[in-house]
Formats: sequence, structure tokens, C-alpha cells
Amino acid sequence: MIPGVAADFSNDAIWVSAIKAVLIVVFLLTSVLFAIWFERKVVARMQVRPGPNWHGPFGLLQSLADAMKLLLKEDVTVTRADRVVYLLAPMISVFCALLVFAVVPFGPSVTIPFTDFTTPAQLTDFPVAVLYVLACAAMGVYGIVLGGWSSGSTYPLLGSVRSTAQVISYELAMGLSLVSVFIMAGSMSTSQIVASQAGVWWFLPLLPAFVVYVISMIGETNRLPFDLPEAEGELVSGYMTEYSSMKFAWFFLAEYINMLNVSAIATTLFLGGWRAPWPLSAIADGALNTGWWPVLWFLVKLWAVMFVFVWVRGTLLRLRYDQFMSLGWKVLIPVALGWVVVLSVFQYLGLAGITRTQLVVGVLVVAALVIALMWLWPERRPAAPPGGAADEGAPGTFDAFADGFPVPPLPGQSLPPSPRARRHVPPAGATTGAADATSTAVDRPEETR
Amino acid sequence: MTASGAEAALFWVLAPLMVLASLGLLFVRKAVHAAICVMFVMIGLAILYVAQQAPFLGVVQVVVYTGAVMMLFLFVLMLVGIDAADSLTETIRGQRWIGLLLGVGLGAVLLSVISRAAFPPAVGLAETGGVPNPVALARILLADYVIAMEVVGVLLVTAALAGLVLTHKRRLAVAPTQRAIARARVAALPRGRTLTPLPAPGVFAQNNAMDTPALGPDGRPVEHSVPRVLRIRGQERSATALLAAEETLVDVVRVGGPPAGDSTPDSPPSGSADDVPEGAPGDTDVAPRDEEER
Repeated sequence: MIPGVAADFSNDAIWVSAIKAVLIVVFLLTSVLFAIWFERKVVARMQVRPGPNWHGPFGLLQSLADAMKLLLKEDVTVTRADRVVYLLAPMISVFCALLVFAVVPFGPSVTIPFTDFTTPAQLTDFPVAVLYVLACAAMGVYGIVLGGWSSGSTYPLLGSVRSTAQVISYELAMGLSLVSVFIMAGSMSTSQIVASQAGVWWFLPLLPAFVVYVISMIGETNRLPFDLPEAEGELVSGYMTEYSSMKFAWFFLAEYINMLNVSAIATTLFLGGWRAPWPLSAIADGALNTGWWPVLWFLVKLWAVMFVFVWVRGTLLRLRYDQFMSLGWKVLIPVALGWVVVLSVFQYLGLAGITRTQLVVGVLVVAALVIALMWLWPERRPAAPPGGAADEGAPGTFDAFADGFPVPPLPGQSLPPSPRARRHVPPAGATTGAADATSTAVDRPEETR
Repeated sequence: MTASGAEAALFWVLAPLMVLASLGLLFVRKAVHAAICVMFVMIGLAILYVAQQAPFLGVVQVVVYTGAVMMLFLFVLMLVGIDAADSLTETIRGQRWIGLLLGVGLGAVLLSVISRAAFPPAVGLAETGGVPNPVALARILLADYVIAMEVVGVLLVTAALAGLVLTHKRRLAVAPTQRAIARARVAALPRGRTLTPLPAPGVFAQNNAMDTPALGPDGRPVEHSVPRVLRIRGQERSATALLAAEETLVDVVRVGGPPAGDSTPDSPPSGSADDVPEGAPGDTDVAPRDEEER
């Protein structure tokens, strides 16, 4: 037994670990093939088109064909590339992406069929397993950064610079959102965190942290709407512009494995890991939480998070770079920090002997006070708009083309007398044509460029 | 000092590689290569920490130093460019000798201290009570040394704030928001501006340059697709001139030589519709517009 870890690895000889490692790699590679098909198919459904449907049943073999094509393509190394780093970068990416699943628990202890050998469905675990995941993610970014730099060309460099800034800012928010799970679970070991979710899954009590994690996990894996390092509308394809054939395939592989990684971490830390969802977990006194069933629940949750990835990609547009940065630094990190502080206060109060009902009553009282205060607070008078005051005009006058739209009169404004109405009762010497001309005068066409 | 066989093997494999990488830091020319060497040494150190039953230290070393600090270094280094190498000119006179002297001195001090240090026999985590890393560290940091840790934290936050204040620039004007820009764009509609970007220049088989107008769905050239400056200067190429140029190219290919009295097909574009052969389709349509533009 490793101290501070729930899973028991004392049965695992070195060959057991080796078999588990091989199984994990096989699982990841096949999952990537499936994930590419899954993404294309789901996005296609969202855009009302069939998606890949030609090779194999439901087009399942399409990604296999694509992988073969990539393998057989010419491997181009650009002249200005820094050859060693150029080759090293995709390797770093894939290597670091493959490391994460070592600490992900697929299930509790399982018995191998036809034997009585029992082993945890997890390669390894140690007291700081989740920090190890963060470390692997941090190392994986070196692949992107070095790949962009070593290509010796402008767009990849811009992509990798963006990637650096992105990772530094979003890893902070991600780490802070994980801290609240550590506080609740009292551990950083993945099996211990899953064990701590026997009652309630952490995504409910820690909803703010979960939201921050989901946003920063999409930012961390460079997926839309945060795929600024490879924004194809702006940077061709960012850091992998100059890569082709197998090296490009490695980057591609790493991206999809990283999606699986962060989905697995979200499942393990927030969504109860391998635990059966609520109505099922009550069947037969938790029989569905034992044996090989948990692997199924884990995979279902994993692919549910993967579906969120695809859904977000099919729905949202890419952010502008400065908006993206201000979202990270001005929204996510303060929210995550504030949430950690709030949670620590609650934990302290809980340790100090205050019961849960007292806490809930206290929170409700404070919330009521805050709402009452906001209700009674004198409303701030809106400041006069600095530049646009001339357009608005005095409250009584009516501008039929305010801000360029033909608009009806606002409350307090009145329609001017219609020129056609005046035609019926013409005042002496009035020319109706002139008023018409001034109100709708269009300047001479003038363009920008 | 005792170490298990596997741990000793790990050390003797990793340590020479780390020494090589640290020498690489001194001798490689490119700054990014040096950064990669430092990365390698840091990860090697982390692996050794983990092997010595200090996984928290090892992992935090990677997360903080390799993941964040080195990344910041790299961020700056990459902006220097791929071809930048260290310059070998001395900026301070005799700096090499002074550096060498100081280095040898530091080495001598370190060697003398390390050689005289007496290491107590190593004990594993199990002998120290079996408390996992993070718990034991938390007890030390947040119970025994909590004041010192808080003071260091305040100091670091102060330094970070100072950095922000020193680099802060006061904004001269209000930054336009996306909303304001959109409103201004709509407000400019009655003055003949467009909401959308202007149409892109045309794409013909021979030419997609800025001076070639796009063709609208009715087959007529779209005036706004050519930049205003080019139009005012009269450097817009008319669609008919372009068509004529393509016709001549076809002639060149078919006959095998340029027709007499004509320029080569890829000669610089003529300014107006003057060079266009008479009777070409669309000629009368384009020429007056050019005149109007001037």
C-alpha cells in the first residue's frame, strides 16, 4: 500500500504494470481513431449533413484511411528549420500526452476473468497524481512551442508565441479550479478523489470550479473557440504549418489524446470517476459499482465530456486574442481564486464544529442581506455619454435616423408633422420639398480603403 | 548511504546525461538549445527526486520551473528569432577572465563544503512515519513556518504588483469597444459606407492582383473591389484590358510568338482603358467610370 492512496497496488508485479501500460496505449490510439470519426460525425449532424459514411460501417474506417494517407505522404523538412528541434517537438507532444492516462482510474479493483488475480484498473497512483497530470500537460506544450519556433517561419512562430501565453494563463485557472477538489477530497491522488465521491459527485457542490475547469480545459487543449495557436483563418495552421506526413500526424494525435486526457481528468475529479450515475448506483446495493461495470460508466462519462468538446466546437466562434486573454486573466483566475477562498472559509467553519444546517442558514441569511442591500441601494445616475451626446440630441427632439436606423419615436419624443399632412393644409409660401431633402440627405458615396 | 539496485542504475544512467546537458547549456550557440538543455536537467532532477520518495518535490519542480518559469524564458527567447546566436564580443573589458576566476572560486568553495559535509545515512519514507509528502509538507509549512511563508508570499505579491505598476501606461483615449465600433459602422450606412468588408479584388485565370476588379453576378466589374487609391491614380486595370491580355496570351500559345505591335502578355498593366482594342465587350461600360473617378 502506498500511503495516501486508496487503490492497492501491492499485487502488481512489473509485468502486470507493463501489460497495463500497453493496454492504455492501445486504448488511447484506438480512441483517437474513434474520436476523429466521432467529431466529424457529430459536427456533421449539427450542420445537417451526413459526415463520413463511405469507408466501413457508418464511415468508421475513415480515420484509419486518413492515418494511412498521412503515413505515406512525403515528409518535408523546410530549409530554414532547426532540424533537431523540428523533429523533437512532435515527439515531446505525443510522449507527454501519452503519460497522463497512467494515473487515471478506469475502475476499482477488478478480477481478471478465469483467474483469481485482482488488480486495480489503473496503472499507478501516488499522493500527488493530479499534480503529475498538470506537469505532463505543461511539458506537452513545449512540443507546440518548440515546433512553432523551429519551423523558422513567421506564422508558426506567432502560433507558438500565442500558445505560450495561452498555456501560462489558462494553466493557472485550471490549477486553481482543481485546488477546490483537493480541499474537498483531502487528497491529490486520483483513486482517493474517486473514493471521496461516494456520496455526491464534486461537480455539484463545486459548480463554479467545474465551470472554470471546463473552460480552461478547452483553452488548454487548443480547441475551438480557443484554438488561437492554430487559427486557420489567421495563421494558416499555426505551429504545425510547416509540418507534414508523420510529424504532422504526431501533433494531430497529441491533440486528440490531450482531449481524452482532460476529459478523463474532468470525469475523475468532478463527475465521480468510475462510479455509476445515481439511479443505477442504488440498484442492488451498489452492485453496479463493482467488477467490470465501472469501466463502462467511466467510458460513458468520458465520451459525454468529449461530446461537449465537439458541441462547443460546432457552436461557438473563435475568440479574438485580446478577448481570450482578458477572459483568462480578468474572469477565470479571479473567479477561481475567490471560489477557493470561499471554500476554505467553509471548510474551516466545518472543522470548527459548525453543522451543515447552520452553514446553510448562514449562507441564506447573508444572501438575503446582500439582495436586500442591492434592492435598497440608490441607483447610480447614468453618466452622460462622453462623445455620443450630440447624436442623442435633446429629449424632446426626434431624429428619424438615430444611429443610422429608421427608428420610431422614443417615449418623450413626438413625431414631427408629416410633410404629406401639410400638403393637405398648405401654409402660405411653404415648400415641402426642401424639408424632405434635408432629412434624408445622403452624402456623396465615400469609401474606406 | 545505501540505495537499491534500481535506484543506483537510474542515477548512473541519468546523472551523466544531466551533466552532458548542463555542459550543453554552456557550450551551445543558440539560446533555445540552451533552454532545452536546462529543461532536460530539470526533468532529470525531478525524476531523481521521485526516485528518492519525494514525488511532491519532483512534480512541483516540473510544474513550476519547467512548466512556467522556463516557458516564460522561452517566450522571450523565441522573439529573438531563429538565427540569433550569442555574440562573442566582450562588452566589459576582461569579462571572460573575471568570469572564469569567479567560476573557479565558486567551484572551490562548493567542493570544499561538499567534501567536508557528513551525510547521515539515508532513510526511506517508511522510517519517517509513512506520512505522505503533501501532508508532511503542509504540516511544516502551515504549522511550523506559517509566518515566514506568509511574509514571503506578501513579498512576492508586492514585487508582482510593483512590476505591474512600473510597466503601467496611462491610456490616452478611451479604447473603442466592439459595440461602439459596430454602432459607428451602422451609423455610417447613410453616408454610403458598407456594413460588410468591401468586395475583394477579382480572380481571373491570369491575374488576381489588387488592381483587377472583381466581376459581379451580372458580369460587370465591381467598382469598390479595387482600392480607392489605385482608382484615383488611374492604376485600375479594366476587365476588358485583362481579357484582351488573355486573348493575346492564347494567341501566343497558338501561334508560337507574340503578335507584332503588341506588348508581351505579362507587361505591367496599362492605366486606363485606352489600350484596349476597340469594340471589346464592356469597354464602353468601364471607361466612363474611370473618368468619373478622376
